[in-house]
Amino acid sequence: MSTEHAVIVGASHAAAQLGASLRQGGWQGKISIVGDEAIPPYHRPPLSKAYLAGEKHSDELLIRPAAFYEKSGIDLVLGSRVTEVDRENKKIVLHDGGSIPYGKLALATGARVRKLALPGHDLDGVFYLRDLGDVDRIRSFTGPGKSAVIVGGGYIGLETAASMRKLGMSVTVLEALPRVLQRVTAPEVSGFYSRIHREEGVHIITDAAVEALEGGSSVAGVKLADGTVLDADLVVIGVGVLPCTELAEAAGLAVDNGIVVDEFARTSDPNIVAAGDCTNHYNPLYDIRLRLESVQNATDQAKTAANTLCGKLEAYHTLPWFWSDQYDLKLQIAGLSQGFDSVVLRGASDTGRGFSAFYFSGDRLLAVDAINRPKEFMMVRRALTTGLSVDAAKLADETIDIQQAFS
Amino acid sequence: MPSVKFISHSGVESEVHVASGTTVMHAAVDNGVSGILADCGGACSCATCHCFVDEAWLAKVGEPDDVEAQMLDFVLDPQPNSRLSCQITVSDELDGLVIMLPESQI
Ligand SMILES: Cc1cc2nc3c(=O)[nH]c(=O)nc-3n(C[C@H](O)[C@H](O)[C@H](O)COP(=O)(O)OP(=O)(O)OC[C@H]3O[C@@H](n4cnc5c(N)ncnc54)[C@H](O)[C@@H]3O)c2cc1C
Ligand code: FES
Repeated sequence: MSTEHAVIVGASHAAAQLGASLRQGGWQGKISIVGDEAIPPYHRPPLSKAYLAGEKHSDELLIRPAAFYEKSGIDLVLGSRVTEVDRENKKIVLHDGGSIPYGKLALATGARVRKLALPGHDLDGVFYLRDLGDVDRIRSFTGPGKSAVIVGGGYIGLETAASMRKLGMSVTVLEALPRVLQRVTAPEVSGFYSRIHREEGVHIITDAAVEALEGGSSVAGVKLADGTVLDADLVVIGVGVLPCTELAEAAGLAVDNGIVVDEFARTSDPNIVAAGDCTNHYNPLYDIRLRLESVQNATDQAKTAANTLCGKLEAYHTLPWFWSDQYDLKLQIAGLSQGFDSVVLRGASDTGRGFSAFYFSGDRLLAVDAINRPKEFMMVRRALTTGLSVDAAKLADETIDIQQAFS
Repeated sequence: MPSVKFISHSGVESEVHVASGTTVMHAAVDNGVSGILADCGGACSCATCHCFVDEAWLAKVGEPDDVEAQMLDFVLDPQPNSRLSCQITVSDELDGLVIMLPESQI
């Protein structure tokens, strides 16, 4: 087993798993995790959920306590930005000019928010939401009776809206497309979430074109192209993320909407692996190359990358899954719905607080969005992992137990 | 601080001490006890933190809620004493709790 120094760039979900899995896999050399945030790797999903709503303390967010890394002989180099990967001399260069030599390198640089170049984007009270620091700053602007405008009706925008309603704020969500969650779900799922958010008192405006953010030193309003001005004590912009590939690109690694890796998480340099939101990888279950933004992918691909570094080549072939919590709604997604041509519903989307949408391409089941239906999520996760076949008519019939629909 | 004893599928025991209010899942993950993956970090969304509660402790630990029970139906090797460890909170009442870990989570 190698006694080389393994250096991991980035210190979040993928990095934490990579470090732990390297040790579990018997890596004997030094392991360092170098990240630019100030605290050890933490769970990002609660940022827009329980943490924003004030129901969780930052200590509860850590993926593992600092002591775990110490005990496992993993050096955490925090608050350090890596500015260059010098492949020739096998070292990384830090923002302060220091450098760290590596034997093997893992890139777990994740993604950063896509920014909008709107007039007024640099006013106080205008935020993006990706890091703990972002939410701490957002929280100094939240409070009962205040108005928030959220730009972007994706999962993070809608979760933020739900959390801010819990805080007693008046909330408007602006979506540029004709429906919320348009890029990721069927119309029935979008319709369901729009209805629930309206019932919870959120004002949703679709087909919205934001023209400018207005105010003095701090934001006071959001101006739309049709002339409407919405009051805002605070604006949160959530319009997607871009993979952090600049280190890889500058080092001459293959990059194409993410750092290109093979099924063993190897980049085009045999000494460098990559995992998580920053990678463009192959998914054999769906026979496509893609980039995923999920904890599942960060964690599972990190295990593959660690195995590869430990000399154990095991292809990454996990079923993608995802979750989102808003109000009392637990959405669990198994599989990838992209490319679907029909949807089968189980339960009602236009009343109540739970149903499932099953996505098909021809007669092949691709994915499920299960809302307050954990059993259906678990069943589909099992079916897609083990290759069971499905009877769509039985899926739609709630009098038939979900397990009877699969064989 | 209450203690929790984990027994791996192959019979290896590890005892950890954690503050009251910690979940059994965190008691394992924070102390490097393997066998619990906890991919969702305790959001009751992944079912990769499955464990078995020692019979002697079942009554004190209590029953899973509906969401948890539905997920438990689909874990590998579900048993009447199956629980998701992120949904059990350690307290002084549960000092000495014994938890068995499954062979595999997925
Ligand atoms: C608000 C929010 C809610 C979410 N909710 C869910 C959810 O419910 N379910 C789900 O599955 N996923 C969710 N996600 C997505 C999930 O958090 C990401 O997929 C996951 O964090 C990816 O992990 P990663 O380690 O690949 O990258 P990241 O978490 O992006 O971490 C990369 C880290 O590397 C650091 N870094 C980058 N470049 C450098 C450099 N040059 N030098 C040093 N450090 C560097 C970054 O600062 C960052 O800390 C959510 C994300 C957000 C922001
Ligand atoms: S940690 Fe995911 S369900 Fe318990």
